[in-house]
Amino acid sequence: MTTIQGVKFEGEAVAPTLPRDIQTDEMVFNMGPQHPSTHGVLRVVVKTDGEVVLDCHPLIGNLHRCAEKILENLTYTQGMPYVDRMDYLGALNNEMGLALAAEKIAGVEIPKRAQYLRVIMCELNRVISHLFCAGQFGLDMGAFTPFLYMFREREEGISLINQVTGGRLLYHYIRYGGVTRDANQEWLDAAHKYCDVVRSHMDEYNNLLTYNRIFLNRTCGVAMIDKDTCLRYAVTGPILRAAGIQRDLRKDMPYSSYEDFDFEVPVGPFEEGVVGCSWTRHRQRLYEIEQSLDIVQQAIAKIPDGAFAHPKVTRAWKAPAGEAYVATESPRGELGFYIISDGSKMPYRVKTRGPSFSNISLLGECSRGLLIGDLIALIGSTDITLGEVDR
Amino acid sequence: MSLSLLAGAETQAMSTHIANFVADFVGLEATWPFHALSMLVVATVVVLVFVTPAGLAGIYLERKIAGRAQNRVGPNRVGPYGLLQTLADGVKLLTKEDYIKPGTDEALFRFAPYIVFLSVFAGICVMPFGPGLTPANLDVGLFFFLAMIGIETIGIVMAGWASNNKWSLLGSMREVAQVISYELPLGLSAMVPVIAAGSLSLVELTDYQQGPIWNWFIIRNGYYAIVGIPAFLVFFVSGLAACKRAPFDLPEAESELVAGFHTEYSGMRFGMFFLPEYVLMLTVACVSTVLFLGGYHDPFGLSAEGGMFHGVLWWGVMWFMGKSILSWLLVMQLRWTLPRLRVDQVMYLCYKVLLPISLVLILLVAALKLIEGAN
Repeated sequence: MTTIQGVKFEGEAVAPTLPRDIQTDEMVFNMGPQHPSTHGVLRVVVKTDGEVVLDCHPLIGNLHRCAEKILENLTYTQGMPYVDRMDYLGALNNEMGLALAAEKIAGVEIPKRAQYLRVIMCELNRVISHLFCAGQFGLDMGAFTPFLYMFREREEGISLINQVTGGRLLYHYIRYGGVTRDANQEWLDAAHKYCDVVRSHMDEYNNLLTYNRIFLNRTCGVAMIDKDTCLRYAVTGPILRAAGIQRDLRKDMPYSSYEDFDFEVPVGPFEEGVVGCSWTRHRQRLYEIEQSLDIVQQAIAKIPDGAFAHPKVTRAWKAPAGEAYVATESPRGELGFYIISDGSKMPYRVKTRGPSFSNISLLGECSRGLLIGDLIALIGSTDITLGEVDR
Repeated sequence: MSLSLLAGAETQAMSTHIANFVADFVGLEATWPFHALSMLVVATVVVLVFVTPAGLAGIYLERKIAGRAQNRVGPNRVGPYGLLQTLADGVKLLTKEDYIKPGTDEALFRFAPYIVFLSVFAGICVMPFGPGLTPANLDVGLFFFLAMIGIETIGIVMAGWASNNKWSLLGSMREVAQVISYELPLGLSAMVPVIAAGSLSLVELTDYQQGPIWNWFIIRNGYYAIVGIPAFLVFFVSGLAACKRAPFDLPEAESELVAGFHTEYSGMRFGMFFLPEYVLMLTVACVSTVLFLGGYHDPFGLSAEGGMFHGVLWWGVMWFMGKSILSWLLVMQLRWTLPRLRVDQVMYLCYKVLLPISLVLILLVAALKLIEGAN
């Protein structure tokens, strides 16, 4: 155990890839919080031997905003916008989790149309979140243009969601008992068309980035996160699926009518790459985009008429005494909300299980022996949102 | 060679003229200090009047190309079509605070941009821009160019070392690793046309390719294509590495090393790294034009010996710049298309792929030369 700059490093890791005939001094880098590739305000203390990473230690907390404590001091309805700020790239999925947990305590069955609207919005949100991540990963690997190509479709998706929810990134759309606004048929048609547009651009992304020879060389078999490591660190989401474990809560523990839709859960490995490498994680996300587009189109085709919110759940609604834990599949993995209610207008306790928090914890173990460029591939392909890590 | 004398004659005459004029003005003999001074003036004027605007135009073009490649518009606010944007940015850089953070090796830190700037601008001075338009017509022009890009590296290593920043240090370490990798294939692939032409002078190399397009080295007489085309590709790829352009932009890899060796540089000191980068790209494009694409000769064989077309100068300049700018644009297009290689992959590519290819090409071209001589 060595301590450098107040950070404890476990053991003396030796770079496995390069022979160490020459003894050189080790160097400690502070990657972040302003580094371009740490995706927010993550600080990673990296111990290196030249370019080879010997060990690294993520330091979190720069974006800590006491989100859970704030939720405990606001009424149920007031608290909803705060969860948007956790995983700000997949905000609707956060709202979904919180709403489902509180509704589970109260035993509220929400109208079918509201459930479908939630699914449509959450899946669109997943699409734009994955587009962001895939583009960002390309950017980390030095490809600037694919990032902006993906942003073009992402922007369309954002303005589409904006038309109904009134927000671009932080929506405050899902409420207890349903959603705030209904979507008309015109919008549903537009959303259906948007799905086709994104699907038509998938080849473009793949040709430009995913199957680019340089990109393949950079990412295939690099920054491995294997099945065993995933299970030990409670890693979920695309990383887990790319490591070859078929687990998707939308399929395994359906919520909000996900059982109505017919979709495949893609599991690595794919055409190139191996199980658990960073290319597989990237491809995984692109496949999940296509799968989400399928779900959206099915939901639009099947959406029933009716109310978009439960008539009994009003603005002053509060959950009865009780407790509930609900886990949902957010773009980053298993997002859980645990709420204890004492019957008052504010929840007694809220605890979030953020997937990014678990996913980031493997950074130290999986980075040993990588080059600095590969460490960027590791961080980029784990797709963490610091808002959710720090909460 | 009479041809090379002719090529240098115009700039020579110009500086002699200035020397005589100044000497006459102050009423002294036109002795060597006047000649030296006037040659300096001519070289400076060439750099200021031609190369700097070319570098600025390159930055503008790069931004426009990046814009087009990425579904954006690019600069379009300052001046017509945003043409003055780069100038405006230059003014901005000049007015920025000249900040040197504590702990830097100040002398080296201040000196490094000048080395980069000077070596790159010196490198372009040996280019034959048109018939008789060679600012400095050296017999070893190609060698001079290779030496200058070697010296540029020293400036970059100096900058990275003096910055007292680990990212900068890593960037300059990568630059060193990259230089010793790409310089071998770059130099050896440049030797292929040199062996064929039998000269290191860029003017002689150009005039060796005088005539229609099948006299250009890349496809000379048809059968030279088997060495010309691969040698051009090897030179182009190593040239990309020499310019630190994507996919070889490791020393300044933004997503990995923040900004690499110039992380700590701001204001015009940063500008002194930025402008030479574009000039170096142009220089490498010019050298590949001279070596492989016939220099200032047009593809129809219209220009006479020495590159003049019915006594018209701009004809040759137009073809030279046209060809150079095309490969310049290709370099820019590549940057906005490709991801970045990893540091070990650059070395692998240079040592294990490009170097053997260029060695084989040298053998082949020597064999071709022998066969030609035998016939």
